[in-house]
Amino acid sequence: MKEFGTITLELLNGLASSLFLFVLTLLIALPLGLLMCFCTMSKFKPLSWVSQGIVLVLRGTPLMLQIFVIFYVPGILFNFQWPSMNTGWGWFDATFSTRFIAALVAFGINYAAYFSEIFRGGILSIPKGQFEAGQVLGMTKKEIFFKVILLQMVKRIVPPMGNEIITLVKDTSLANVIAVSELMFRAQQQLNKGLIWPIFYAGLFYFLFNALLTYLLKAVEKKLDYIKV
Amino acid sequence: MSYFVVKSLKKSYGKSLILKDISFDIDKGQVLSIIGRSGCGKTTLLRSLNYLETIDSGEVYLENELLLSNEFPKKENDIIKKRIHYGLVFQSFNLFPQYTVYQNIELPLKLMEAKREKENLPPLLNRPIEEEIMDLLDKVGLQDKRDSFPSQLSGGQCQRIAIARAMALKPDILCFDEPTSALDPELTGEVLKVILELKEKFHLTMIIVTHEMSFARRISDKVMFMDNGEIVDYGSPEEVFNSTKERTKAFLQSSIL
Repeated sequence: MKEFGTITLELLNGLASSLFLFVLTLLIALPLGLLMCFCTMSKFKPLSWVSQGIVLVLRGTPLMLQIFVIFYVPGILFNFQWPSMNTGWGWFDATFSTRFIAALVAFGINYAAYFSEIFRGGILSIPKGQFEAGQVLGMTKKEIFFKVILLQMVKRIVPPMGNEIITLVKDTSLANVIAVSELMFRAQQQLNKGLIWPIFYAGLFYFLFNALLTYLLKAVEKKLDYIKV
Repeated sequence: MSYFVVKSLKKSYGKSLILKDISFDIDKGQVLSIIGRSGCGKTTLLRSLNYLETIDSGEVYLENELLLSNEFPKKENDIIKKRIHYGLVFQSFNLFPQYTVYQNIELPLKLMEAKREKENLPPLLNRPIEEEIMDLLDKVGLQDKRDSFPSQLSGGQCQRIAIARAMALKPDILCFDEPTSALDPELTGEVLKVILELKEKFHLTMIIVTHEMSFARRISDKVMFMDNGEIVDYGSPEEVFNSTKERTKAFLQSSIL
């Protein structure tokens, strides 16, 4: 029983890492994805091509490989070290290690690529008349996007976005390839000691968190139900 | 020179000429109806005037001010300044579904006032925005729907709101692109009645692309019949509807049957 308690604490510690990675990835990937979407949709062709190329590479190669590359390559080529937290508060510094930061960067740009395509699909699905109505009413492109299109787009992309977000929760476990001490990493450490059950226990954590997310996404969908397009 | 003058407007998509050489003029307070078969270029003409399409050549003047030529302004702000001389009512209303009726009108008004303030221009309105909006809603007879969402309204009501919204920025010329074509037959009457009132009570200058022949005949000071990208007939309703030209006669006959 005492062992169960310590392992629970250990896994909760890993869960905290995973959740930080999850939330911070979203905070990076959502705006960055929108920016990439604008670049891809830009009428200035070179920008669009570069952006499409980046999306192709990011979606076309394994996320695990990208994590490796982002963690190791800057050090090998430019002698660049990813920063880490140095607050002197042990738990905090250990959680936001250089490894964590490198993984966060990899997740951020990888998910931004996926999000950018979802955003693009969302924008393309809005009837042209909405843009034109904004135009003839004297709005700037920026105003049309943020005041007219954005919310209609959000309504339409909640389901595919939910898919990606739920996938992200589980994908955070990929960070263990560079030894970020997230949930799966800690469960695996127990496995290496010969304990099998913590890995299922960890699976339950992922599941419960995703069940909660599913519920929240449904609530968002319901909240946006008043917009009939 | 007349109030509103269009001089040899030309437009092509690839090799096909959509507008061949369109010239006409209207006076302040006049209503012009444009009739013709689908694909004759009448909607393209309206969209070109509203800066939704570029043109190949030609000029448009409003009170001697050059509004449109083939040199499209580079800066978005300059396009907006020219564009808001017009209001445009679309066939499919294009109300913003996430906003209430009131907010649909308020949004463009507020944004425009903010832009004007930034450029040290006098405000568009000299009274509270709410009074203005309620007045606009009164003009289309829908004050009681101010807090409804577009999805809760009938097509006819939506189009009336779209008309109120198009008038919000006080355009010099109000354009209609087949305003009743998307409506059930029993709903067209209420929309046409509103447009007729705009002429009779408020003497708005309007350009109406329409398939409603009897309506065009009743409301118009001038009627233009377009076919294949060119103006075949242009004159008073009596002149055009009693035209001796073969193409006009054939079109009018087919649209009555």
